[in-house]
Amino acid sequence: MVDLVVVGGGPAGLAAALKAWEGGLRDILILERDKELGGILNQCIHNGFGLHRFGEQLTGPEYAGRYVEMLKDTGVKVQLDTMVLEVTLDKKVHCVSKAEGYQIIEAKSIVLGMGCRERTRGAIGTPGTRPAGVYTAGAAQRYVNMEGYMVGKRVLILGSGDIGLIMARRMTLEGAKVLACVEVMPYSGGLTRNIVQCLNDFDIPLYLSHTIVDIQGKDRVEKAIVAEIGPDRKPIPGTEMEFDVDTILLSVGLIPENELTKQAGIQMDPHTKGAYVYENMETSLPGVFACGNVVHVHDLVDFVSGESELAGAAAAKYIMDGPVPEGRVLTLETGADVGYTVPQYIRLEGVEKSVNVSFRVRRILHESKIVVKSGDTVLAQYKREHMAPGEMERIALPRVLLEKAPIDTLSVSVEEV
Amino acid sequence: MKEVICICCPKGCHLKVDENNDYAVTGNACPNGAAYGKEELTHPTRIITSTVRAVGGLHPRCTVKTAAPIPKEMMFDVMKALDDVVVNAPVQVGDVVLENVCNTGVNIVATRNL
Repeated sequence: MVDLVVVGGGPAGLAAALKAWEGGLRDILILERDKELGGILNQCIHNGFGLHRFGEQLTGPEYAGRYVEMLKDTGVKVQLDTMVLEVTLDKKVHCVSKAEGYQIIEAKSIVLGMGCRERTRGAIGTPGTRPAGVYTAGAAQRYVNMEGYMVGKRVLILGSGDIGLIMARRMTLEGAKVLACVEVMPYSGGLTRNIVQCLNDFDIPLYLSHTIVDIQGKDRVEKAIVAEIGPDRKPIPGTEMEFDVDTILLSVGLIPENELTKQAGIQMDPHTKGAYVYENMETSLPGVFACGNVVHVHDLVDFVSGESELAGAAAAKYIMDGPVPEGRVLTLETGADVGYTVPQYIRLEGVEKSVNVSFRVRRILHESKIVVKSGDTVLAQYKREHMAPGEMERIALPRVLLEKAPIDTLSVSVEEV
Repeated sequence: MKEVICICCPKGCHLKVDENNDYAVTGNACPNGAAYGKEELTHPTRIITSTVRAVGGLHPRCTVKTAAPIPKEMMFDVMKALDDVVVNAPVQVGDVVLENVCNTGVNIVATRNL
């Protein structure tokens, strides 16, 4: 019997394990499927990580390295090259590895930190032939940055998510010609700084409200046909452009990787595609916590670390002090132009001073306010100059405010002022 | 007056830089933005992150970066200089793998242990 099993040794799992150790747990095991800790950070070789957490700009491998170093000073056990196959209702973790074979590890508590996966060509249904040369941006990133393979010479990027933008620069620096980045929405899904330093720096055009309507080529990609998208979200005839490319990189969104979560019977939020969580990142299965991109997709690893520390501390508390005492439970609902909230439930007895609520807006808003209501009572308002779907918003709700809620439902909405 | 988007952090402040007033910056949320705005219009710089060939480690590439920003127009020269670099494991994060790249006075350092 292990006190805490952490599934995944990426930024979420590392921060959760460290915090659980600091919280007093001494029997912690991280299970990681790759050959090293650090998760996706190892292939994110660009800098810009850690400004919030370490007050300096680090590359992905450096950020991961800091946590791996901190972990060395603890007694947290790590098992690499190990794939978790199943997590059961009674907290048995089934996993398999070359070194240990098939193992069933009984855990008193579990932190799920499996991260997320990229959406693929199949997920967005791009028409055309099916030649080689169509990669997700993250797969190309792994080939180029870790395995040492260039994936193409003339490249089109579909989707303007951050990984796509980062790969536009990376491919250009490595000698490829990136002809354009094409985004179906009227705004970019990536951070503004990445538009500037990854596209503008290299004169790579960004076509908003455009998408690929045809991929041509028999063995290898030969051409991509791009067309403008109308307000009805259909291609406008006559606007087609031809791009002679051998490679298409897809940066069209990320989906939390929750096969284990669903299999365990944990309740899922259709909006985040992650588990419903309480204020301390506990899922519907007592003693099982989730954090990082497996709960909702983040923009910044710094916030993954913060959220995961919360989960790690909560797991330690669960083992040492028992479950959160029973009491009032508030349900968070999404109001106007809010896509989701995390957490979705708040147990007042689980809140010490305040609880952070993360959410995404559904559209771009200028000069606006975030309104937190319970019934007709406005509990709190927060001003924002600018909000965009590509940038996660966070607010802190103090416990004293939550106690004033007239009914057990809170709604978070945004509106322009 | 020129408009520049700050790339110092993910916030991406919209800066206004006054070339006629010693490149005074407005619209910045922190001092980094003021420095960046001036620098971007006078002598723009960038940090380069890339990889070099690695022998004897877990991976065939070792991730590296310029230890300080280099002039923006030298990005491709620096990339070219990395082509010939080979490192032998073990490598520690921060190890200098190439000194004074392209006479910029900036070293190329490893960004991971390998």
